[in-house]
Amino acid sequence: MRRFVLIAIPYLWLLALFLVPFLIVLKISLSDIALSRPPYAPQLDLAAGWEGLKSFFSELDFENFTFLTTDDLYWKAYLSSLKIAAISTALTLCVGYPVAYAMARAPEEWRPTLLMLVILPFWTSFLIRVYSWMGILSNEGVLNQVLLWLGIIDTPLQIMNTTTAVYIGVVYTYLPFMILPIYSALEKLDGSLLEAAEDLGCSRLEAFWLVTWPLSRNGIIAGCFLVFIPTLGEFVIPSLLGGSDTLMIGKVLWEEFFSNRDWPVASAVAVVLLLILIIPIILFQRNEQKQREAEG
Amino acid sequence: MRRFSWFNTVSLTLGFAFLYLPMVLLVFYSFNESRLVTVWAGFSTKWYGELLRDQAFLDAAWVTVKVAVFSSTLATVLGTMAAYVLVRAGRFHGRTLFSGMIYAPLVMPEVITGLALLLLFIGINLDRGVFTIVLAHTTFAMCYVSVVVSSRLTTFDKSLEEAALDLGCSPFEAFRLVTLPIIAPAVISGWLLAFTLSLDDLVIASFTTGPSATTLPIKIFSAVRLGVSPQINALSTIMIAIVTVGVITASILSKRAAVAQRRDEQAAIRAE
Repeated sequence: MRRFVLIAIPYLWLLALFLVPFLIVLKISLSDIALSRPPYAPQLDLAAGWEGLKSFFSELDFENFTFLTTDDLYWKAYLSSLKIAAISTALTLCVGYPVAYAMARAPEEWRPTLLMLVILPFWTSFLIRVYSWMGILSNEGVLNQVLLWLGIIDTPLQIMNTTTAVYIGVVYTYLPFMILPIYSALEKLDGSLLEAAEDLGCSRLEAFWLVTWPLSRNGIIAGCFLVFIPTLGEFVIPSLLGGSDTLMIGKVLWEEFFSNRDWPVASAVAVVLLLILIIPIILFQRNEQKQREAEG
Repeated sequence: MRRFSWFNTVSLTLGFAFLYLPMVLLVFYSFNESRLVTVWAGFSTKWYGELLRDQAFLDAAWVTVKVAVFSSTLATVLGTMAAYVLVRAGRFHGRTLFSGMIYAPLVMPEVITGLALLLLFIGINLDRGVFTIVLAHTTFAMCYVSVVVSSRLTTFDKSLEEAALDLGCSPFEAFRLVTLPIIAPAVISGWLLAFTLSLDDLVIASFTTGPSATTLPIKIFSAVRLGVSPQINALSTIMIAIVTVGVITASILSKRAAVAQRRDEQAAIRAE
């Protein structure tokens, strides 16, 4: 009995506030927009009994999904989100790997401090970290001032409100997610393996490429997914740093809902985004499972 | 031990400069006299004064703290229960669905979670405000708590609990007297995590709030959409300072607790 209550409380909570909301999204994505409150039809009328239920289901259709394929905006936004997420994941890897590598090679007594320095920004507000780049990248911002002063450029660079600024924002905010898994893979690496490789005639670079890189692969994969998955649905970074030509699906969904007030289309956008996300999420979980099996 | 090469030194320096320089600049310009954030016009703390006199910001800060305290506490209770169920309850009907619902919110885009919850609240005609934000934050934060707590639960020695049960404890007493003290560090870090997630959240709060409740991130977001503002720099500085002090204190305390625990364990072994 006690066990039942223990299971039931969190279970019911998640059912009511996680699963049911998604069923509602799914349902509204199949509905039509209507001039009513709430602004969609049909409404489920339980008082009408079986007939009401039947007419309710007969009015649901895939019209919104067909609409998504006919309007350029949506599939372009999905593609551009995928592209931005992929490129910024690669960039984060390029920045994060050397840092993780150096941390794992650092003297042992430094490591806890270095680790804390990587985690600390994660506890600081995400919004503030994105905002901090607005003062750096704007036309009269710090970066342009420094470059002008150094004489590298004559006119300020337009970085703010471009996709480049979005890349910088993503790399900056998600860097700890890339560093931590790679660091924990590299830290476990047995140094004698590298010595063996060098004894057997590998150059340092070869030893890195043949030993270190493959052994840190699980960390790299985990880090890449941890950056890629949240970036795909990102809203804050493109809306603060990106420009009008930066198309990302999280922003489209937000505007569809708050500006256009088209709930059925916003719901359909959400459903398709979820379907796209399922693939990387399953791959990520598989990777985690493999790692756990390898360790256990 | 290999020599710490110049390459590693350079990557560490550049990496940490990249991580910290933007925040250092943010703090630096919060003490700027000029309204133009990027033109240095002398030292001044006037933006802090202006911030503290701005009632709208103070109200938003109060709402945010209220939401964070309630939701993180509720999330810690529910998340610890969920972790216990995942690790200790064995098989039961719908276990796969349960663990799916624990892990899914971790990877769910915030815009979708926010939209889904808003549609639920509208569907059941719930007035939106502090209460609905608390419900929303509790739901996603409890999943983070349960991940943190369950990783601690899986590593600790189950025989300790069994010993307590053998010695006549009820299951609840065994949990309170044996399990809880051992997993306490994980529960506390789960609470802290839930608290910061709630403080930080813009997207889900924007969806689930009503006209009566504006949280700090919503306020910040609407202020910075139009550009950089020295008041927001001052506010950011205060928040960064609080987090830094909090994290450093927490890490010192947990280090001390770990040392004390090791000492106790060694004393127990010696006493045997």
